[in-house]
Amino acid sequence: MNFVPHTQSEKREMLASIGISSTDELFRDISPEVKLAEELKLFPGLDEMSLRKEITMISQENAHVDEYVSFLGAGAYEHFRPALIDHLLLRSEFYTAYTPYQPEISQGTLQAIFEFQTAVCELTGMDVANASMYDGATALAEAIIMAAGQTRKNKFLISSTIHPEYREVAKTYAWARGMELLEIPYQQGLTDTKELEKMLTTDIGAVVIQNPNFFGGIESLKNIVELAQKNKTMVILCADPMLLGLLEAPGKIGVDIVVGEGQPLGIPISFGGPYLGFIATKEKFIRRMPGRIVGIAQDRKGNEGFILTLQAREQHIRREKASSNICSNQALCALAATIYLSTLGKSGIKEVAEQCIYKAHYAKSVLNDIPGVEIAYPNTKSFKEFVVKTEESIESINKRLLDAGIIGGLDLGEFYPELKNHMLLCVTEARSKIEIDLLKRVWEGEE
Amino acid sequence: MKEKMIFELSAPGRKAYSLPALDVPTVAIDELLPLDLKRETEPELPEVSEVDVVRHFTRLSQMNYGVDTGFYPLGSCTMKYNPKINEDMSRLPGFALSHPYQAEGLSQGAMKLMYDLDQYLSEIAGMQRVTLQPAAGAHGELTGILIIKAYHEHRGDFKRNKVIVPDSAHGTNPATANMCGYEIIEIKSNERGFVDLEELKKVAGEDTAALMLTNPNTLGLFEEDIVKIADIVHEAGGLLYYDGANMNAIMGYARPGDMGFDVIHFNLHKTFSTPHGGGGPGSGPVGVKDYLVPYLPKPTVEYSSEQEQYYFDNERPHSIGKVKAFYGNFGVAVKAFTYILALGGKGLKEASEFAVLNANYLKAVLKEHYYLPLDQVCKHEFIITPTKEMKAKGIHTMDIAKRLIDYGFHPPTIYFPLIVEEAMMIEPTETESKETLDDFCQALIKISEEAINTPELLHDAPISTHVSRFDEASAARKPVLRWKSTYFGD
Ligand SMILES: Cc1ncc(COP(=O)(O)O)c(C=O)c1O
Repeated sequence: MNFVPHTQSEKREMLASIGISSTDELFRDISPEVKLAEELKLFPGLDEMSLRKEITMISQENAHVDEYVSFLGAGAYEHFRPALIDHLLLRSEFYTAYTPYQPEISQGTLQAIFEFQTAVCELTGMDVANASMYDGATALAEAIIMAAGQTRKNKFLISSTIHPEYREVAKTYAWARGMELLEIPYQQGLTDTKELEKMLTTDIGAVVIQNPNFFGGIESLKNIVELAQKNKTMVILCADPMLLGLLEAPGKIGVDIVVGEGQPLGIPISFGGPYLGFIATKEKFIRRMPGRIVGIAQDRKGNEGFILTLQAREQHIRREKASSNICSNQALCALAATIYLSTLGKSGIKEVAEQCIYKAHYAKSVLNDIPGVEIAYPNTKSFKEFVVKTEESIESINKRLLDAGIIGGLDLGEFYPELKNHMLLCVTEARSKIEIDLLKRVWEGEE
Repeated sequence: MKEKMIFELSAPGRKAYSLPALDVPTVAIDELLPLDLKRETEPELPEVSEVDVVRHFTRLSQMNYGVDTGFYPLGSCTMKYNPKINEDMSRLPGFALSHPYQAEGLSQGAMKLMYDLDQYLSEIAGMQRVTLQPAAGAHGELTGILIIKAYHEHRGDFKRNKVIVPDSAHGTNPATANMCGYEIIEIKSNERGFVDLEELKKVAGEDTAALMLTNPNTLGLFEEDIVKIADIVHEAGGLLYYDGANMNAIMGYARPGDMGFDVIHFNLHKTFSTPHGGGGPGSGPVGVKDYLVPYLPKPTVEYSSEQEQYYFDNERPHSIGKVKAFYGNFGVAVKAFTYILALGGKGLKEASEFAVLNANYLKAVLKEHYYLPLDQVCKHEFIITPTKEMKAKGIHTMDIAKRLIDYGFHPPTIYFPLIVEEAMMIEPTETESKETLDDFCQALIKISEEAINTPELLHDAPISTHVSRFDEASAARKPVLRWKSTYFGD
């Protein structure tokens, strides 16, 4: 299959207009020593029917959450996605457009992003948000770079309760720029605030916290912000947007930069991407913010509309002095999140979060009844995830579950060597009581 | 046509969602959440019905111009047709609904796809291995330059603190080098638009970490001395980074690896037909030569012939680490994979052949009507500017671009590259027919006449859209970046 529309005679006419006889002449500027002598070692192209068959077959070698009951989360969450999301995302005027450089013919994308920025500001309680980042992890890393620029400090405290992969990404970005990241230990599944207090010296640029954290626990955020503020240190928070309908807006309690992973907001888990990073901050830091920002502008006739604004921060204008190198972002995922949030509205976002809490809480109590299983941090309040400690190895539990069509939780030993025999489970509104009860019975070996 | 904000459609108590009734026992939510973090004011999310949501976003889509709407010759962006089958394949449940942490044994399909795509892209670029982790072109640049940094540091070579970037480079190149802690040395292009070898020789030395080069360059020209360029940098001990955003021009004709380049990034959302989504998601895989494989981001996908299974290799002590959570924009990779299987090796070469034919055809027609600063064979794109006569009438590139909108076309990339004044960078891609190109030429020719005879038509353009040109400067001075009920009085 090919998507080249030219007929042979058209090709000939075009060659004649150029004044040549073969397209080979158009490649004469490639010096012979680098010109490829043979064909690429690929294979013949496929017709659409064979293509569909071939790729569908590959996809069938992959398990998915419609055929298994899954209790895996750890940064990729199965929430219910209403049908209208994909129908609207497939409007090809949206998905076949480039970045909206020409505002007169891009008002659709621009307004949708403006609505996204508004929704992110509402959830986070911050003044400004950008048009999206690649994912939660890179948004976090870029927030640290922002804080480095703002404070002119080079050392940052990052909680060990932050998603391990996010910390790894932050470490890579920090190494790139010669910044230092120090990990704050954890206690009872939460950031150890006593240790934090000791580590907060005047040379620290920012404290980086995730809430709910990787273990699902809700951090004592107010306490952490107070400690940081006492030390005149910035606070960067990585938040699950889904819980922000119930938890106080971070902007209201003194957080300086809020970032997060927007995947829970209507984006499929899709083997880890594409997802949606978001970043929001106070007005005074706006010129350090990376990425695209949409703003209101007046046209010549006095109409209001939307444009990309504050571009003087960006790579195409500032080049090496830009706040970041980001160019393309995750605009279509931001559109998905905007559609999802519009669908849920004020009450829906609370209702989904509450269902997650109730169901996860129920699962906690049910699993706690299994002999040899205990809730790892029983006094820690949690959202949709929690940790259990087991006598049996996680591998063997998960194998039993899988045989019954259940994908169990994450083996935390893979990321935290001290947490061998600890499992991180996720229960969202997409799980039912029947499924949770089944999890327990299979776990106990009753089914 | 003006569409209200979704927030303005809100009415208390209206909803567009439904959830199953809660089937587990409940307690007061305050017992499960810390009281001191209880939210006091609700977020102002809209309360609307399902049909409100659908109509709102459908109307917004109608205020947009995409490749499916019409010709989109945005230079450097390769706005080719995005085959519909791509969308279907990325939504197959085995891909869209699979979890990144499900056991390897449950993920063999996704891992095979990643493994094979690595091989295909490696073959296309003449590289050893490719990582799919970077989320976009600029993110690929960051990954690639960090690989180069790790390579030098691993060899104990810490004196290389400079990256050489030609003045024709995309803004992401210098911005990337800066993010990696390098000093940027900009070198001027010669009058024919190529890297000036003498300039390069002057700056390449023992402090050179890398040269970042776009080829064909942003003027649409294949660097004629590409091998000499590679030799100069290698002799100085630096490595060569290839910005592969323009791979659509040379697939099957030449390979960056064979030219001597050490690292390349691809833009799957350009060359490999994955849609740009109004700004993303893209995907920026990075390919490297064998000696750089140890530095690739973690994990790589490997195949064990003993176990007949794909697995993730996280035991990579020299790896630069991770640049993104999980494995990259996997859903985008599925679309590119689908495209490569559809075209095959011969089809990819044909894509490049016709992309270059289309560009040279447009150039041949348009050079009679516009100024062509570099009159030589081009690759996938070329640059024209307004003529002296047009400039005398006060016509700028912006005016021509905006007038094209009135004729139903998306304008080319304008004012880039920076080294050509008033540049219009035209990239037709291979998926456009001769009829479309002829219509586009007709429009541009008419505009060239209007520029002389009725220049006000251009100055006022666009007149066919619902909004006219915006005042960007005042918007940046008093930025309004979010909706508030008080700002929008109506
Ligand atoms: C030559 C060149 N390099 C790099 C990039 C950056 O790619 P991306 O927007 O995917 O980050 C682009 C695209 O804008 C480009 O045209």
